[in-house]
Amino acid sequence: MTSSAEDAPARFDVLIVGGGHAAVQVAAGLAGKYEGSVGVLSAELHHPYQRPPLTKGYLSGEVDEHELLLRPASFWEAPGVSLLLGHRVTAVDAEAHVVSTQHGVRYSYGTLVWAAGAEPLRIGLTGADLPGVHELRTLADTAQFKREIGPGARVVVIGGGYVGLEAASASVHAGAEVSVVEAQSRLLSRVTGADVAEHVRQHHLASGVTIELDATVVGVMDRGGRAGGVVLGDGRELAADVVLISVGIRPASSVLADAGARCSNGVEIDLRGRTSLPDVYAAGDCTCFPTEDGARMRLESLQNAVEQGDVVAQTILGEEATYSVVPYFWSNQVNLKIKTIGLVSGHDETLVRRGPAPGSLTVVYLRGGRVCAVDAVNAMKDYVDARHVLGARVDPNLVTDPTTRLRDAFRPEVAGHGAA
Amino acid sequence: MTKITFRLPAEDRIVSGEPGESIMQVAVQANIPGIVGECGGDMSCATCHVYCEDQSGFKRISADEEDLLELADAVRDTSRLSCQLKLTQSTAEVTVEVPQ
Ligand SMILES: Cc1cc2nc3c(=O)[nH]c(=O)nc-3n(C[C@H](O)[C@H](O)[C@H](O)COP(=O)(O)OP(=O)(O)OC[C@H]3O[C@@H](n4cnc5c(N)ncnc54)[C@H](O)[C@@H]3O)c2cc1C
Repeated sequence: MTSSAEDAPARFDVLIVGGGHAAVQVAAGLAGKYEGSVGVLSAELHHPYQRPPLTKGYLSGEVDEHELLLRPASFWEAPGVSLLLGHRVTAVDAEAHVVSTQHGVRYSYGTLVWAAGAEPLRIGLTGADLPGVHELRTLADTAQFKREIGPGARVVVIGGGYVGLEAASASVHAGAEVSVVEAQSRLLSRVTGADVAEHVRQHHLASGVTIELDATVVGVMDRGGRAGGVVLGDGRELAADVVLISVGIRPASSVLADAGARCSNGVEIDLRGRTSLPDVYAAGDCTCFPTEDGARMRLESLQNAVEQGDVVAQTILGEEATYSVVPYFWSNQVNLKIKTIGLVSGHDETLVRRGPAPGSLTVVYLRGGRVCAVDAVNAMKDYVDARHVLGARVDPNLVTDPTTRLRDAFRPEVAGHGAA
Repeated sequence: MTKITFRLPAEDRIVSGEPGESIMQVAVQANIPGIVGECGGDMSCATCHVYCEDQSGFKRISADEEDLLELADAVRDTSRLSCQLKLTQSTAEVTVEVPQ
């Protein structure tokens, strides 16, 4: 299937770039329905696998590598679909409909789907390339990290976001001594409010994690050619055998931007997954899509990758499909199961509700008096009920009363607004 | 090994599963339409709803599963989230119906 640069490139009717959730969703959506050939080019060496369990069941040892597979090997052997691993696309010629890989292999396409996901943000720390310094995006990354977090290992996690905190939780569980260093004045500042952040902090502290807030890391110390610790902005040193840098991600859009696709905070797509280039679609963490208020939004979530992948597959099949979802997200760490519905941003009021279950905390976020998001920690009923109250006006007294179900906390609409 | 029959609107699909696997995992691996398993079995999405008449080979439904099922459509008495139906050595055969 390979060809030298001079030969005519091998052709796929649909060529999918990426080997993650969005890419697989497109391939699975086309399987059995699409008549033409489908090629998937993935930079990774593993068959496509699930990412969320990496820092959950996989790090804790409950889920093994085999169980992570998104589809069995046989799926990729079916006629009509070819998965090419270790193929990183480095250039796209949108006019000629040809891509080329890091090894100079070219493929031509009828339709291109860009599903390249995201890559860890690198903050240019000195010593970041020392052995013992990790990032967590891929199975290969996580496997390496997992080997080093045994009993007694001293682990410093840079960044108190979901991925860093899940890794911290798994490391403590594995017997390591763990410190989390966060530059902001609280944890999870990009994704949730202060109440949940403090709740999560308390539970991590109780499990033995040390947390440094308002603290920046300025460099990784070299101890005999390996990571020996980190230096903080105030001059303090934290000794460490393992350093995890998890400070966020950057959408993998630069190759497509170079090809002329309109990109801002990711590849710009419309609600059917189309980019500004002809015959080129995009889906997943690498995209930003239009919102109702005319802005653009980029989500880093599995649901977004799966549902955008569905829309792209349907659009390619000529079916009517548009992307519109109520976002949800979840995270498991220490003894907390955190579940979020809606987007925790732009709210002007929060209501806190504490249920009877251990570790339970629910926060309802309001914008202009209407519910825009709900975080439910160890509170499945509230998570389920959240869908009922999203977008609605609620009675604060009922919301904060744990004996009333959240879905019964509506405030009657003012007469004259809305029907019946 | 368990023989799983997925009853779909138009046909039955028969797939085998290994002990330890959930019916959701088997369904996703076999590309059974209607079972998405979006969250991978972390009880966050309710996209793996099935009807299962004979649940004798499985753990009883938990309070969380019961709550989460409220998010699924066309729930019946026999509704389960297939991510919670874990196969064991002793289950030789099971039939689940995939909601339309
Ligand atoms: C540790 C971890 C835990 C997470 N937990 C959760 C969670 O609990 N809930 C949740 O909703 N989300 C979670 N996420 C986020 C979720 O995994 C992502 O939103 C999702 O993987 C996005 O899918 P994607 O297909 O867009 O990108 P990815 O899954 O990142 O896949 C992109 C793929 O494209 C490949 N690629 C990149 N560039 C190229 C190129 N130029 N050529 C060829 N291939 C390329 C990459 O190697 C990768 O295989 C988690 C993420 C991580 C890392």
